[in-house]
Amino acid sequence: MTSPASTDSVPPQLSAGPRPAPGPAADEGLARRLRALACTAPLHDLDARKANLAGEYSVYGMAEIALAAIDLVTLNMDFDTGADHDQVVARLIPRIAAQAPRRPAAEHERVARWVLENLINVGSVDRGFRAVYGVFGADGTYVRRDYDFKLVEEVPGPGGTVYLRTTDEAVNVLVGALDTDVTSAQIAAEVKLEVLIRRGRLADAQLAAEQARYRTVQYSETLRRALEATRRNVRAVDWLSAVPDMIAEALDHVADRYRHENAILTNIRKARDESEDPGHKRRAAELVDIVKDCIRRHTQLQSRLLEAGPLFRAEQDRQAFANPTSTSGTDLYGHLLAPLLPLPVERASRVTDAFFAHGTGLRTPVSVRVADLVEILLTPPVEREHLGAEMPEPDLIATPDDSRFSEEQLAAATELLDLPADAPRRLSGLLADARRQDPELPYLVALLAIHAASPPFGTAYRQGERKLLFAVDDGTDLVDPEFGGADLIVGTALLDAAGMAADRTEAA
Amino acid sequence: MTEHVEWSEPEAAAAPASAAVTPADAADAARLVAFGLQPKLQPARDQEYADLLRRYREDPPFARLADAVATGLGLIVLEVSPRAGMAVTAAEDSVFAVRMGDYARRTSADGGDRFLHGLAHLAVAAMAFPRPEDLADDGYIGRVTVNGVDAFVRQACHRLEERAAEQGENTDPASDTPGLEAAWRIWARRSATGATKDARRLAGSTTGIVAKAVAFLTDSGFLQRTGDDNGGTYRTTARYQLQVRDMAGSAALAELLELGVVPVTDGTPTLLPPQDGDDLELVADAGLPFHSA
Repeated sequence: MTSPASTDSVPPQLSAGPRPAPGPAADEGLARRLRALACTAPLHDLDARKANLAGEYSVYGMAEIALAAIDLVTLNMDFDTGADHDQVVARLIPRIAAQAPRRPAAEHERVARWVLENLINVGSVDRGFRAVYGVFGADGTYVRRDYDFKLVEEVPGPGGTVYLRTTDEAVNVLVGALDTDVTSAQIAAEVKLEVLIRRGRLADAQLAAEQARYRTVQYSETLRRALEATRRNVRAVDWLSAVPDMIAEALDHVADRYRHENAILTNIRKARDESEDPGHKRRAAELVDIVKDCIRRHTQLQSRLLEAGPLFRAEQDRQAFANPTSTSGTDLYGHLLAPLLPLPVERASRVTDAFFAHGTGLRTPVSVRVADLVEILLTPPVEREHLGAEMPEPDLIATPDDSRFSEEQLAAATELLDLPADAPRRLSGLLADARRQDPELPYLVALLAIHAASPPFGTAYRQGERKLLFAVDDGTDLVDPEFGGADLIVGTALLDAAGMAADRTEAA
Repeated sequence: MTEHVEWSEPEAAAAPASAAVTPADAADAARLVAFGLQPKLQPARDQEYADLLRRYREDPPFARLADAVATGLGLIVLEVSPRAGMAVTAAEDSVFAVRMGDYARRTSADGGDRFLHGLAHLAVAAMAFPRPEDLADDGYIGRVTVNGVDAFVRQACHRLEERAAEQGENTDPASDTPGLEAAWRIWARRSATGATKDARRLAGSTTGIVAKAVAFLTDSGFLQRTGDDNGGTYRTTARYQLQVRDMAGSAALAELLELGVVPVTDGTPTLLPPQDGDDLELVADAGLPFHSA
């Protein structure tokens, strides 16, 4: 573009005018603008490609839907997760439906999904876009460069779910940047919130509250990172001044905000209850939820702050006061990973290949006999389980049956103690009967009789039992070769099951 | 080992070692190596394994025999101890060696993928042993999570990106020269995760690549799965520490030196937390390895 080759055809007044300085300085700005321009290309591309879709889709404004989708993702992404895929689709549908009201709802959803998938660019392995642009290098050579970017990216959420986030490129070019200092932004947001609520501008107040929450979470994120680094290496974090200062600041912040937000909460509740306008009321109710969430997060931050000191001391003990080892290991990050990343991938690959070759251990090779091979090839493929992987069989150890008495013995004892209601018996007689059957049985009978001395009335009452075994001591001594104590009178009491049932229903 | 000679069996001490070797000894030595080839087998769980290990430690001729069997099979003995068992690893070009092409299919065609898989293994090791002392300390047990490894590599990439931006560098690679692209860009460019039709992890995403690495290492007896949080949490075994310390770390370092890169650190920690203003969007549960709650 700086070549003066075609002076003949160029009108003289143009070539004489001041031209932008050629070379890398001018191209730097050009490259920046080219990259910004590239970010909008996928949106235009949607409108260009809608004709290729099976069906008549020209009625939809795809770029508009795409911009709306980016807005939705940006507004819905929480600090620690992101926007939910299905939710974004659901919120897009009303706009799409408005563009073509007569089309079926299924088509609207299909359009929403198509736009979102194209913003993620599901088809490519990087799930991103690439634009090629050319600039002049410092030595005057023309170089074509690849610019890789993403608009909407997928991030892992809790429990293996996938969430959407808009990238910096998308926010910068397509939404408009929001770049503020944590502390001042927090204070500004709080003040703004108060003013807005007082003036009843709840829509703006909601935005401010959401920003305030974002800043709060940033505090805990900073702390979390410091603690993680401490766990890895105490010396990586400045525990002499930086972290204690940060903790003190954060604790002040929590105390301050907590007071502040409770005051705001009271105000909004008033606004919510006094407001006549239903829209106003709904906004205020939403705001209450947001502020409540803010308070919850403050409490969370505070508890983490309180854990920080003990954690540091524990890690200090573990790491700093441990016996120094005689051999020294490699600093895998500092000596290997960090120097490797800036290298060109071709060279870096040699290092990672070496690590892979020596770091993966061994695999025992599988050898197949020809006879087996035929069978393997003829076996139909196993259908993939839609229920997920098979649960491993738990390794259960059979515990030995260490019960003193067998089931048969229990049955015999129960039979023996199944006494008619009008004929109670002495324990001595029961024991003698039991001994005739089985030398072990008297022990079980004695045990059951002793239990019957304190019969489970409550349980019998609740369960509506018809009879209950009881035992009473009338002062007679037991004469028995194996047992001593009182010769209990064992009998069966009949219970008024119907009456008890009636009692129970009444009580209930 | 010389002090153990008196413990060895009398006939072995009396006669030269070569003469004392019986076919039964050879079978036992081979059996010990065979145990070593089952890396998930723990000596504490198998009486015969434990007995053979004891014999290896107390009977030097037997130890030499077992070493010879291992060498003949193309194996390198890293350590023989009750904690690690018969820790053997594949020598280069051995039939037991793992090849990148067998490990992941796309790697032979795509240099970027090949690098990502290798880097994932290096990053898992770096996260498992963050300090040199941890790698040297036999008692140390490292913990890694899939999301944590991805987050920490992204963080490192992000720092390089910022540094390049500060210096006004244009890091966009020239077209048609994919090999010259800076390594960190490959990882940063790849998406961290992705929705799939059957709710499985997207294999080509960075968390998918890390998950593959840890699953492979688990099969190698190098890691043990401890939970499902943060994309899967794992702890290291003695074997992994030996493998990284004695084999992989030095091999990769040698390769790096050959490239003319001489990493110099002054002993201060290198794995630093991100800066305050470093607004890296950490994903949910990126919870680095030791982070609880």
